Amino acid sequence: MQIIRQPKVYDVCIVGSGAGGGMAAKVLAEAGAEVLLLEAGPLWDSEKDSKMMAWPYDSPRRGASTPTKPFGEFDGCIGGWEIEGEPYTQAPGTTFDWWRARMLGGRTNHWGRISLRFGPYDFKRRSIDGLGDDWPISYDDLKPYYDKVDALVGIFGTKEGLPNEPDGVFLPPPKPRCYELMIKQAADKLKITCIPSRLSILTRPLNGRAACHYCGQCGRGCATHSNFSSPSVLLPPALATGKLKIQPNAMAREVLTDENGLATGVSYVNTQDRREYEVRARIVVLAASACESARLLLNSKSPRFPNGVANGSGVVGKYLTDSTGLSVGGYMPKMANSVPHNEDGIGGMHLYMPWWLDNKKLDFPRGYHIEIGGGRHQPGYGILGGIERMNGTGGYGKTLKDDYRKYYASTVSFSGRGEMVPNENCYCEIDPRVVDTYGIPVLRFHWKFTDYEYKQAKHMQDTFREIIHEMGGTPTSQMPSPEQGYGIAAGGRIIHEAGTTRMGDDPKASVVNKYCQAHEVKNLFIADGGPFVSNADKNITWSILALSMRTSEYIAQERGRGTI
Amino acid sequence: MNNITRRTALKLVGSAPVAAAMAWTPAEAEQANARMQQAQRTAARQGTPFKPKFFTAHEYATVAVLADLIMPKDERSGSATDAGVPAFMDFMMTDVPARQTAMRGGLALIDRLCERRFNNKPFVNCTDAERRQLLDDIAFPAKATPQTRHAVAFFSSFRDLTASGFWTTKMGIEDLGYQGNEFVQEWEGCPEAALKKLGVSYEGD
Repeated sequence: MQIIRQPKVYDVCIVGSGAGGGMAAKVLAEAGAEVLLLEAGPLWDSEKDSKMMAWPYDSPRRGASTPTKPFGEFDGCIGGWEIEGEPYTQAPGTTFDWWRARMLGGRTNHWGRISLRFGPYDFKRRSIDGLGDDWPISYDDLKPYYDKVDALVGIFGTKEGLPNEPDGVFLPPPKPRCYELMIKQAADKLKITCIPSRLSILTRPLNGRAACHYCGQCGRGCATHSNFSSPSVLLPPALATGKLKIQPNAMAREVLTDENGLATGVSYVNTQDRREYEVRARIVVLAASACESARLLLNSKSPRFPNGVANGSGVVGKYLTDSTGLSVGGYMPKMANSVPHNEDGIGGMHLYMPWWLDNKKLDFPRGYHIEIGGGRHQPGYGILGGIERMNGTGGYGKTLKDDYRKYYASTVSFSGRGEMVPNENCYCEIDPRVVDTYGIPVLRFHWKFTDYEYKQAKHMQDTFREIIHEMGGTPTSQMPSPEQGYGIAAGGRIIHEAGTTRMGDDPKASVVNKYCQAHEVKNLFIADGGPFVSNADKNITWSILALSMRTSEYIAQERGRGTI
Repeated sequence: MNNITRRTALKLVGSAPVAAAMAWTPAEAEQANARMQQAQRTAARQGTPFKPKFFTAHEYATVAVLADLIMPKDERSGSATDAGVPAFMDFMMTDVPARQTAMRGGLALIDRLCERRFNNKPFVNCTDAERRQLLDDIAFPAKATPQTRHAVAFFSSFRDLTASGFWTTKMGIEDLGYQGNEFVQEWEGCPEAALKKLGVSYEGD
């Protein structure tokens, strides 16, 4: 079959339509560039295709998961840790589960909207504890972009003046739910900081988007665009310029380069008819997600780049991180037979606990934040499963039925999301033998937590169980053993991968510079989580947006100057 | 239906999904579900029982009795069979074929246990008292013995599936008193009665 070479030369070709790619498309199209945006998955429109407001009984499986919807059939993200035709491998002894989204907007369709700025300390961890590396930029470099992202996208929260949780440009937060007040009561007693959460969900109309209507189903994709997703917020203004073309069902194969070592475009396969295309562009921006972009670089081999384009340092794929994570649930006798009311709220927590301790006084170096949940959820597949853990016996019949009623909405949950120290044993590389259904060599993962993370996980367990006890409740699970890693989630399960194309001033120790520009290929940029030097105790999406905005403005500036 | 009305209020336009991975639209699902329920009602009126795709007739009868023992009718809501739980279970077995062995094997195990104890009678042929005797041994994980632990594990899983099938119906949702899945103009927070019951309050109120 012939490769279809398209004659048009775009100013910019972007791979990936999620947070980073969507932001790059907006900034660059608005700056006057002709932009081609490649998306591996199909088009998807939350207005038409979202299952928002569906009842479980609308479906014979009542919301249960399907192969392309691991989080439940109503979830807004098509994809998963296992995708037919797109395998990946793991080195012996490694467990790393790699999530791929395959749709317009990627993971932004179903993410938790937890929008936390990195703080000043998060850019300078090596200076603080001697571990890992510092970023080549500081919070002050990124602050103007965080401010612009807040104003563009909309985020609720409160100004708290905490040293490493910078305040933003906030819409008013929703009042806490009943059980959240209970949690705060206990947190206050234990001196754990508990403040309104910071989520990119509109509590007031903004920039032509409607305010939230509190159905609690953000994860299904919002039909009124009241939460942040790339297609809700970034792509419409980009398309309005008339300078953006979106190409769905386009699986990028490799970055094309010329004899001068400059990027000339991208080759991709049309996933529907399997035909090969090559598109030409003066600038290439990779935003396919941290590991996917690394894979593209590693697979773009040539005599000049035998280890993959922009990989002269050998660093591509290395320093892979994911958030540490684990959850503990608690049954609360006080919450049994609760007062019926609509407790949906926004699709997530109204309060949360940012990292509140001094690591110098602890036996692990980095912190975590706590996300909370519970209460009167919309019933769905799996509801009230494991009743024997709640009522202590199990049973059947009328007494069981009454137990279900009593225990419904009587549990709370705590989830820790923490920072790990990048280490040499966590990386991805190209598997030497395996290709996917398109013939693209796949990634092989290596993964190993260290005591830094296991001790942090133990602290999470101890803390959550202490809060549950303080609330007068009982945990619904046993304390995991050290052999079980204290229950720490496997790498990749938290779906916050970062670090695989890290930034730095030294081209021998980093892939991109402080503008996310490849050291060795000045017209190649990266706009996803790959450039992150560390992953912080904060979900990385907000920083992806700010960084991508900064990178894209730099690209526009340099285009204007004619340097790239 | 309420669902369509809400969607209309939110100015949603139902249309065929663009993504091939989406198997149905809400409108299509509602239609399919309504058609299935209509077919069931018609079949019931005509005296023709629902024809399961996975369960044999004997298994299906067993499932119905077992589910109703777990979730009987009472003053607040109907039984598991009233809620269509057996048909839901049959669907789940075809939707996730990997679950079939555990279900088929578990039902067979229940029958074998009954035949040994109760004069060669499978579960559906036992008396109500005999069935409850069996459940008294396998419905309580803390009481599991080496002889019963597989049946206990099966029963716990079957109980969970019964709960999934029951509490996600309109009847089950109303029974639980879930309120929500609707358009809310302003979020009011925790109502006064609930604040009092939990002994919490909003600061400065």
